[in-house]
Amino acid sequence: MTDLRDRVAALLAEHDPATTDRLDFLRARFDAGLAWVHFPEGLGGLGAPRGDQEIVDAALVAAGAPDNNPRRIGIGLGMAAPTILAFGTDEQRRRFLRPLWTGEEVWCQLFSEPGAGSDLAALGTRARRDGDDWVVTGQKVWTSTAHTARWAILVARTDPDVPKHAGMTYFVCDMTDPGVEVRPLRQITGEAEFNEVFLTDARIPDAHRLGAVGDGWRVAQTTLMNEWVAIGGRPMPREGGMAGVVAETWRANPERRTPEAHDRLLGLWVESEALRLAGIRLRQQLAVGSPGPEGSAMKLAFARLSQALSGLEVELLAEDGLRYSDWALTRPELVDFTGRDAGYRYLRAKGNSIEGGTSEILRNIIAERILGLPSEPRVDKDVPWKDLPR
Amino acid sequence: MSEPNLRYSDVEDGLRASVRDLLADRADAATVLAHAESAEHDPGLWRALAELGATSLHVPEELGGQGAGYRETAVVAEELGASVAPVPFLGSAVLATAALLHVSQDDDARAALARLGSGEITATLVVPLSTWDSTPSVQLVDGGLVGTVRSVADARAADLLVVPAGGALHLVQASAATVTPVVSLDVTRPVADVEFTGSTSVALVGSAEDAVRAALLAGAGILASEQVGIAQWCLDTTVAYLKQRYQFGRPVGSFQALKHRLADVWQQLVLARAAARNAADALATGNDVEVAVSVAQSLCAAVAVHAAHECVQLHGGIGMTWEHPAHLYLKRAKADEIALGTPGRHRASLAHLVDLPG
Ligand SMILES: Cc1cc2nc3c(=O)[nH]c(=O)nc-3n(C[C@H](O)[C@H](O)[C@H](O)COP(=O)(O)OP(=O)(O)OC[C@H]3O[C@@H](n4cnc5c(N)ncnc54)[C@H](O)[C@@H]3O)c2cc1C
Repeated sequence: MTDLRDRVAALLAEHDPATTDRLDFLRARFDAGLAWVHFPEGLGGLGAPRGDQEIVDAALVAAGAPDNNPRRIGIGLGMAAPTILAFGTDEQRRRFLRPLWTGEEVWCQLFSEPGAGSDLAALGTRARRDGDDWVVTGQKVWTSTAHTARWAILVARTDPDVPKHAGMTYFVCDMTDPGVEVRPLRQITGEAEFNEVFLTDARIPDAHRLGAVGDGWRVAQTTLMNEWVAIGGRPMPREGGMAGVVAETWRANPERRTPEAHDRLLGLWVESEALRLAGIRLRQQLAVGSPGPEGSAMKLAFARLSQALSGLEVELLAEDGLRYSDWALTRPELVDFTGRDAGYRYLRAKGNSIEGGTSEILRNIIAERILGLPSEPRVDKDVPWKDLPR
Repeated sequence: MSEPNLRYSDVEDGLRASVRDLLADRADAATVLAHAESAEHDPGLWRALAELGATSLHVPEELGGQGAGYRETAVVAEELGASVAPVPFLGSAVLATAALLHVSQDDDARAALARLGSGEITATLVVPLSTWDSTPSVQLVDGGLVGTVRSVADARAADLLVVPAGGALHLVQASAATVTPVVSLDVTRPVADVEFTGSTSVALVGSAEDAVRAALLAGAGILASEQVGIAQWCLDTTVAYLKQRYQFGRPVGSFQALKHRLADVWQQLVLARAAARNAADALATGNDVEVAVSVAQSLCAAVAVHAAHECVQLHGGIGMTWEHPAHLYLKRAKADEIALGTPGRHRASLAHLVDLPG
């Protein structure tokens, strides 16, 4: 731990945040192993326990150092990076992780399709081998930040003749490829944070495949388990998330308080604090490992609490709760659950129980993988993908 | 403020394993039910727990205890919750002990702690089990204690009564008071009424108010771990039953409506466990104790009751029988919800503590 503090001090001594260019500082931080300390040495980390990151972050914030604007690159940090670390070749890790972490390259997630959401393994985007390349055709949907992304993690079907879970392969897709077209998809908030992505003979070099051909489902599981923790289990101080926003509204509006709202607020505050503690506990248990299905509890509770809290805030605001900031179709660069106004927060929170696996699917996963309850009768398990009813 | 440690250490896991082994041997469901029917606690089991050191973990060695801390005591409470064993742990090892620890500069308090630590005697703190922020009702009249305290936990088993009266804590031999067992909702931790009619006592040096406050904080914080143990037993038992119970030609546990309900119990338990561990850690370190305890008590009480409700409901008719142990957990969970402050009272405390006034 003193070693960590020494490293932070050395970084700050060599690269004074006040005079160093932001990107230069971030690159130097990555090279010093202080980006994500639980990653291996040489890849932005030190092979240290996850919990040590908070020491580093706190010291750098105190020194006025720039951050990598995590709300702009959440998919890269939370999902692409751990997957590349787990399944990438040395060359892929060296090529992708540094600009991902510094934010020079934004990532998006090309998983869901019009016909394959909860049932991700039903996806039909086809990848066919052509020499050293794969040629990809299909449609993806609900793709957050595709409009700012340089790279995507993509799951595609490489073998339609085997059952659905067996015939998929995981790739890194270049979003500047001429075969990739991104169209805005407007949300209930008015803005278009997500997109439709049309792939028409997009070319992906085989060197950008993650994991073995046909192993895409297993690789995607790593992405999803990290996503649950990334969405619900982020380190934060007390009142760091939606609970803090609503608590501030409560404090600022004494004339709008009612006993009923008070009781609800306190109950939700308690659960939010417990969720924060559960996140700490999960990170302490993980130490240097990667998350298992337990992270699903974080996401499930997070979605429920965000929705209840943001709904309470709109009610509290009474005549101001009847207003909304702006319905204009904008294309935000940030994904910010607690941003803008109360109405926005209320509407955006609706997505929390859908994105990254719906709350219903998470309950299925908890019941089957954690509690070991028997699965539903399955009609699709042993049928080749091409013969599935759709 | 440094981050709380919310894991179980290897030592704590080891302690859990020995307590669990002991309870598996000596407090199976049939034994627990038999004790419940006679409304008697189990002195043999209590002695065995004391021999393990499990009844004085957070008492310093120089005061006759194990010199561990509240984190370890909380692990024992979890296991006792999971077995609803009829032992005076809450009253004696937690409430009375914490009150005495608070005044341990007093020689009589130290002597009592030493006898408690060895398992030679048990004690209880004479307050209604439902107390969170009310004032004591026993008076000091002409040098003797006078008054009645209703619904005191673990009083029937107690040799020694620790009584707040007239600004000080008093030690009273149980034989000098009238302890009347009452038919209790919680059959594995029955309560009793305690009456003093001029009882002689030994007054201890130190503030009763502070000592009771410390005891209630410790009690409410440790109770959260008991509630986690109750909820875990209810979940595990229900999952096991639904895997092997067939209706409509398939295991009932394969119906999604039920899977989702159990997934919700599990998810709540993840939060409850984090909150309970945090309360135990806060009691051990002294950091942020009041918020940690009220967060844990407000959440864990409700989670245990919910898990017990689901346990009874998802067992169907058998869950409604006297023979099946589910009711023992339901009764304990419901009584625990009232014990040491309802969730609503703890939320009211939090409203002050975290600046969310009504
Ligand atoms: C804001 C937002 C951002 C998103 N960003 C991305 C992104 O960046 N990349 C990406 O790939 N995807 C993204 N998604 C897509 C998201 O992952 C899917 O919407 C989600 O997995 C659900 O799929 P679906 O929309 O097809 O709904 P469906 O799967 O059709 O589900 C419809 C309803 O049925 C329920 N349901 C389905 N199956 C079951 C079952 N077995 N048991 C019980 N209930 C069931 C669902 O819970 C849901 O309520 C995003 C979604 C949102 C809302």
